[in-house]
Amino acid sequence: MIKTVCSKGKLVAKTGNEVMAEAMRQIEPDVVAAYPITPATEIVQIFSQFVADGVVKSEYVAVESEHSAMSATIAASAAGARAMTGTSSQGLCLMWEMLYIASGLRLPIVMAEVNRAISAPINIHGDHSDTMGARDAGWIQIYSENSQEAYDNMIQAVKIAEKAKLPTLVTTDGFIISHCMEVVETYPDADVKAFIGKYEPERYLLDVKKPYTLGSIDLQDYYFEHRYQLAQAVRDAKDIVLDVSEDFKKTFGRKYDLCEKYMLDDAEIAVVVIGSTAGTVKAVVKELRERGIKAGFLKIRVYRPFPAEQIAKDLEHVKAVAVMDRADSCSGAFAPVYSDVVASLYAAGVTKPKVVNYVCGLGGREINTGHIAVVYETLGKIASGIEKPSNKVEYINVRIR
Amino acid sequence: MKKEENEKLTAAELPIGDIVEAGTAVEFNTGNWRSERPVWNKEKCIHCLTCWISCPDASIKIAPDEKRITVVTGINYYHCKGCGICAKECPPKIKAITMEQERK
Repeated sequence: MIKTVCSKGKLVAKTGNEVMAEAMRQIEPDVVAAYPITPATEIVQIFSQFVADGVVKSEYVAVESEHSAMSATIAASAAGARAMTGTSSQGLCLMWEMLYIASGLRLPIVMAEVNRAISAPINIHGDHSDTMGARDAGWIQIYSENSQEAYDNMIQAVKIAEKAKLPTLVTTDGFIISHCMEVVETYPDADVKAFIGKYEPERYLLDVKKPYTLGSIDLQDYYFEHRYQLAQAVRDAKDIVLDVSEDFKKTFGRKYDLCEKYMLDDAEIAVVVIGSTAGTVKAVVKELRERGIKAGFLKIRVYRPFPAEQIAKDLEHVKAVAVMDRADSCSGAFAPVYSDVVASLYAAGVTKPKVVNYVCGLGGREINTGHIAVVYETLGKIASGIEKPSNKVEYINVRIR
Repeated sequence: MKKEENEKLTAAELPIGDIVEAGTAVEFNTGNWRSERPVWNKEKCIHCLTCWISCPDASIKIAPDEKRITVVTGINYYHCKGCGICAKECPPKIKAITMEQERK
């Protein structure tokens, strides 16, 4: 249930896509270049209507592909504009090489991304395969549990990207959030504009008084140093995300962290997820708590930079943990979030929790409270030593044989 | 990237995001790529400037003489890559530029 926390806020009924477009209207970037793709189409479609109606002064570039959308966004950003785009799934895949160029050139582009499965077989519904494929691209990735978070994350992303000089994408789960109408608290235009401030890049290509070359060749002698800069910038972005969320809390009243703990402090068993499944898990945890079971939950909001130290600290006391990945990665071993969580625990010397990996919800396959309750039941058995933790990926709600 | 070959910039010193300040090609010694060097004969040269206009690396040095007419004054071996275009383009009856092996 969304509560008003900003004294001048307004409760509205909007879908995830509508509210991301609303955030873009308030941000009013200089340039938006985008190509439509289900389920993210509405975001840029609604925004293009704002442009056509003269509601915003932004330049809208209707391109012929997502590769061009990202290229045009990069060019606009390099020229000195505040630039944004939106996409999903195959669109993000087509942007692939340009994603790396956006981060390598340290351009603070903000992307509204709607998580959708990747072909083949073709499927338009929600899972995290698309953004997990972009997890090494040097982009900040912020996942939203619901429309309110999507809206708040978009506003924060502009500030985060510009402070970190890193491109940032904000996601919602396809259809589950993108197309479901929820009550969202929106803030006054002037407050959002004041919060993000004016974009004043230190260097930009249209600055004719200080000309420079951008994106030149960089071989054995300098490439490594530039990539180190990028990797370090992603590490440093954790503090920037926290600073911005602190400012956000002061301005609008909602508090955000890298992760969200839910009844985790005294928990013996816990689930880790990202995205919209978080809401379903919370409902299960609440029910289990009423029955006296010490269940807890950890939601990863910021997946890149990965909050390794915080996760290790949050989970160190838990006896059994299940990481539920909504992307398989087909690694032959484990799914991406699990690999990151386990590496974080091991590196911090946290060896107490038994950690198991589940893959669920591919192609929009349902993950309901029943499925999650079964996971907690298994965790309970692992915690009490009745059951041995699985040493391979387990699957939820798929017909294997 | 203004430091010399043996003292390269660190990640902390480098401008971020693959920015290279304008005009740095002047500092780049492309002359050490050369296998053949153009040798200019001052006595034969008629200062037609065909070599100057043909040189892809702006390595033909020119200056005004005492009558303020632009003349060739030599070759910039710091930037000349030894492509030989100048020698090829020099009028056949003049042949004021010849190519010689850098290492014999």
